Amino acid sequence: MINAKKIREDFPMYKNVPTMSNQPLVYFDNAATTFKPQQVIDAADEYYRFFCANSHRGDYELAHTVDVKYEEARARVAKFINAETNEVAFTSGASMSLNSIAYGLAPMLEEGDEILLSEAEHASNVLPWFSVADQRRAKVTYIPLTKEGRITVENFKKAITPHTKIVSLAQVTNVLGYVVDIKTLAKIAHEHGCLFVVDAAQSVPHMKVDVKDLDCDFLAFSGHKMLGPTGIGVMFGKYELLKKMKPLMSGGGMSSRFDTCGDIAYKIPPIKFEAGTQNLSGALGLAAACDYLDSIGMDNIREHETKLRKMMIDGLKKIGNVTVYNEGAESGIVTFNINNVFAQDAASYLSYKGIAVRSGNHCAQILLSFLGTDATVRASLYLYNTEEDVRQFVEACASCGEGGNFLDAFFN
Amino acid sequence: MDHYQSPRNKKETDDPRYLTIHMKASSCVDDIYVQILYENDIVVDCLWHGVSCAISTASTSIMSEMVKGKTKKEVEYIMDNYNKMLQDQPFDEEALGEAIAFINTNKQPSRIGCATIGWRGLKNLLEGKTEEGE
Repeated sequence: MINAKKIREDFPMYKNVPTMSNQPLVYFDNAATTFKPQQVIDAADEYYRFFCANSHRGDYELAHTVDVKYEEARARVAKFINAETNEVAFTSGASMSLNSIAYGLAPMLEEGDEILLSEAEHASNVLPWFSVADQRRAKVTYIPLTKEGRITVENFKKAITPHTKIVSLAQVTNVLGYVVDIKTLAKIAHEHGCLFVVDAAQSVPHMKVDVKDLDCDFLAFSGHKMLGPTGIGVMFGKYELLKKMKPLMSGGGMSSRFDTCGDIAYKIPPIKFEAGTQNLSGALGLAAACDYLDSIGMDNIREHETKLRKMMIDGLKKIGNVTVYNEGAESGIVTFNINNVFAQDAASYLSYKGIAVRSGNHCAQILLSFLGTDATVRASLYLYNTEEDVRQFVEACASCGEGGNFLDAFFN
Repeated sequence: MDHYQSPRNKKETDDPRYLTIHMKASSCVDDIYVQILYENDIVVDCLWHGVSCAISTASTSIMSEMVKGKTKKEVEYIMDNYNKMLQDQPFDEEALGEAIAFINTNKQPSRIGCATIGWRGLKNLLEGKTEEGE
């Protein structure tokens, strides 16, 4: 059981910004980014206060201290997803991780090869593949979604062909929030000789993710969606694959030697993928975020979100003027529209009631044609949300009625 | 409110005499087209269509009514005062007519984009620009 009120004491945002539009602040945009606990802020800050030297470069003691701290952070983050330490490369976030993976795997693609995605993917797991497919004259194909919007084993089997070389899917999709059975799909993909990439940006923050159990080949996530700093993320890859993969970025720190003929010897993974000075502060902050989440317990977080989500769905059903697009989703994401109110107007109205939600296409443009709407509103939960938050939200949705009441907030 | 529920001039024409601009907001879903028939320095007709929230629907609807029959200079005077109002600066109330309903937008800066998307499209058209804008 989570005591969300107690947890809030760790988050300076709740102290510094207790209200929005003179109402208690309800932060329901956790799928976009999360607040940070003091422990993470302190850990990130410590780098600038106590260890401010560059990593992997210096012979002096201070530089060595940074190396130790940075590698400790890597080991901590690796443990969080049950990876080996040398299988975790730091990146700027899930987008960069997915780009590194896509461009890194590009050389293995030949004309006519297929990259299998789904229609529910975030732009970060679509656009790099478009670009790579274009480069290699390969093709992007899609797993058809069920009527509910899910990816099923059955549909996956239908979509995978002898030409499929790479499968890349979100473990939890950012609009509909269904949990995809990665373990089963990865097994099938491997039987077909495909590589399996997981976009874990919406899963790692909210549930236990074990890369060995999933047996995925690559996995990407961001720090800022899991209480960590912005500008830090992770690219996991099986070591043997990382060894073969070309780095997207090259530069300082990742090569062991090179000559004027252009012959380069890269360092071994994961350093090979970390060109230039890294976000050292961010890495220390992310390690602290892993500590924080583990101290609460990922299963407890999941249970807390499930409980609040159920309360939210029940509440929205009772008031009756809301269409929910993902009632059965297992994550903390609720995607909805208030009937006859354009998504952005609904989100503005909710802001006037103190509630932060997101409207739009949520970087998943392809999905909206599937849902048959131009835009949706998304409320996404996390460990510090409370039952009071949910009540305030449901009441606000109920008062955002038809006939333009929602516009009073704007015009009056 | 009325302009949101029954927007005026919300239709599309393929009449080649009309100038068309596509305005696609980068930070929200608003995605509209503004079309004008602009002859002898007069906005003879102003149409629009597309996907839009209540604020952009109402503001573009009001705009499409207000600017009809006006010269470029007259339209620019309205635009100038409309922008001043949104920025909480002194403005000529009489010039704005129904558009004065948007006076509170200056307290909700996140919606200024919605309240001006149609106007910005029209401005581009009057300057002879038809390239997609934001």
